[in-house]
Amino acid sequence: MPPLLPGFRLDLLHRYLALAIVALGIDLIWGFTGLLSLGHGIFFALGGYAIALHLKLQVPATAPSPLPDFMSLYGVTELPWFWYPFYSFAFAVAAVVLIPALLAALLGYLVFRNRIRGVYFSILTQAAIIVFFNFFNGQQKLFNGTNGLTDFQTLLGFPVRNAQTQYWFYVITVIFLALAYLLCRCLTMGRFGRLLVAIRDDEVRVRFSGYNPTSYKVLVFAISAALAGIGGAFFTLRTGIISPRAMDIAFSIEMVIWVAVGGRATLIGAVLGALLVNFARSLLSEQFADIWLFFQGALFLIVVLALPTGIVGWLRTEAPNLITKLLGRPQPVATYPELEFDPEVQYERQVLEQEGK
Amino acid sequence: MTFLLESVFNGMSIGAVLLLTALGLAIVFGIMGVINLAHGELMMLGAYTTFVVQNGFRQLGEGWFDAYLLIAVPLAFAVAAGIGVVLERGVIRYLYGRPLETLLATWGVSLILQQLVRSISWQMTLQIALFCLLFFGGRWLLSKRAIAPRWQAWVSPVLLLLSVGIGLTASLVAGGAVGLAMTKPWFGAQGVDVTAPSWLRRGVNLWGVQFPFVRLFIIALTVVCLAAIYCFLLRSQWGLRIRAVTQNRSMSACLGIPTQTVDSLTFALGSGLAGVAGCAISLLGSVSPNTGQNYIVEAFMVVVVGGVGKIVGSIVAALGIGFVNYVIGSGLMTRFLEPQTALFDFFEFFASTSMARVMVFILIIAFLQLRPAGLFPQKGRAVDA
Repeated sequence: MPPLLPGFRLDLLHRYLALAIVALGIDLIWGFTGLLSLGHGIFFALGGYAIALHLKLQVPATAPSPLPDFMSLYGVTELPWFWYPFYSFAFAVAAVVLIPALLAALLGYLVFRNRIRGVYFSILTQAAIIVFFNFFNGQQKLFNGTNGLTDFQTLLGFPVRNAQTQYWFYVITVIFLALAYLLCRCLTMGRFGRLLVAIRDDEVRVRFSGYNPTSYKVLVFAISAALAGIGGAFFTLRTGIISPRAMDIAFSIEMVIWVAVGGRATLIGAVLGALLVNFARSLLSEQFADIWLFFQGALFLIVVLALPTGIVGWLRTEAPNLITKLLGRPQPVATYPELEFDPEVQYERQVLEQEGK
Repeated sequence: MTFLLESVFNGMSIGAVLLLTALGLAIVFGIMGVINLAHGELMMLGAYTTFVVQNGFRQLGEGWFDAYLLIAVPLAFAVAAGIGVVLERGVIRYLYGRPLETLLATWGVSLILQQLVRSISWQMTLQIALFCLLFFGGRWLLSKRAIAPRWQAWVSPVLLLLSVGIGLTASLVAGGAVGLAMTKPWFGAQGVDVTAPSWLRRGVNLWGVQFPFVRLFIIALTVVCLAAIYCFLLRSQWGLRIRAVTQNRSMSACLGIPTQTVDSLTFALGSGLAGVAGCAISLLGSVSPNTGQNYIVEAFMVVVVGGVGKIVGSIVAALGIGFVNYVIGSGLMTRFLEPQTALFDFFEFFASTSMARVMVFILIIAFLQLRPAGLFPQKGRAVDA
């Protein structure tokens, strides 16, 4: 793929592949479990920050102070304690997965334990994202506040902004996307996946059957958050910046719409949706930068009102019928449209007529 | 003493704004189970209505200017309620019983409304008006005539394309002919400022505490709105119908209550209150297209903490959250504590407006552990209340 694309488009593709990992996580929790999280930006950003902290600690030997450059602006003389573990690359990589997962597990446990679900869960996640936004935005000394962490130099000795390194990041992103897809496929194919769908469709009945939905929901929320963290880390490596803007409410809701466009509860749909919507976005906002929000709003409305199963869902259910119709073949009839066409009724009628004679 | 009075008053005024914002949300959410993410944008429209009315009255002279709020509040109510009805009839009606989808659709609406305020100009108004006239007028005309069934499926798409085309061309031609007066956005992306009338700009000093009239006015407005809502829901014919539909929709329908009209009415009421809230917040600071988003999530928190469908719950929750927010955010807690103790450092850390939000959220999550369904939960025997 890379040789076919000019550098700029490859850059975009790389970003969108990273976002597709996040979309997979959202499909797992929204499409299969029916929990609409509007706060995945938190986990996305946390993953990004985890890798960014490690990158920021790679201070070149020539720099005046051994601290990350922004800290001198705020007069910080000592590295905040929680930065220390991030000197280790292994810890940073683990943190990309574990910090979002643990946070999601904690939040999920507190929320699901009380059987708070549906829109309440969505609202709480939305509030959580505001809280985290405020926290990261306000802590200038700890995280450089609004400006975020940027200007990365090296990772494991490789220069980050080098085209060669970026190419390898791209390859690793693709591999991770494939792994994430396989993981989600494994999870949803078997018994676990059927339980998730059961929780989505009738949680009360699942509970009455002797399962404890809380633990399943906590687990799936944590996995989903971990995927978002991984996506965030790759996105940060590509863009070279992570800032509280990744925790914008709008961005988190957009993540949901990628999944909705592609098709809920179809894993491939989530990946497709993330790629399609983002490419459409970059194409359209190049052309109509001013009124991009109109298109985005319309996209939300159209998907929800006219295409509730998404593109993949439409292809699976509606498209075959449409093709047979276009080819002029007879339509398969799901139910008899009227009583008159019901074979049994016709039979009865014939019998009655004969007996009447 | 002054100290206590000050925190009570400030907490109350923050709570009053929260309550006014949450009131409409609580009504719509409680009665119809619909989460309206465009609520913040309806507030924003109310605020812009106030701005327009204010500009209109400024033309009339200083004496008239002082009275503009008398017109602005009802007009903000009317504008927001009108948009709310269109929203209900056009979008939400198709999504009852699917709350998560409603959430996404109303978010889309909120994006559209934000952009609309940013880029609306005479050109765009003309375009929208022409489109509505051609499309809806055309459909109405065609619905009067009998059309062959095989063409029926084609009516809407063809009309849609035609009216979009004609509207776009006409507005572009008009924009080209008239020029900037036609194409310049009315408000633009920048924030606009609403000047409070002169009698609201003062304040009164009692027992060493400053009471700005603007805050007092908002508290009074909240009280009036609450009283009006209570009267409407408890005393009027339609209030009775709304309460009936809340309790049992299908039974109400069987008894001849027009549930669809009730839905529209409820939505209009909730949206109108959002407009009034917008009018109130426009007095507090500058208004921009994303004003609504700053208030909406906290308003949701009020609804969740208060318990759904209970106005009393919203009142208590709004006042409580407002109070806690003020006490923590303004650093009042640190006054009682010795510097350099662990507790002092703890409260010092949270002593800013944005960090107070963090604290309030933690408290809300902790509170929901004790009472998952809010302060005043709906009593019932449902398994999953």
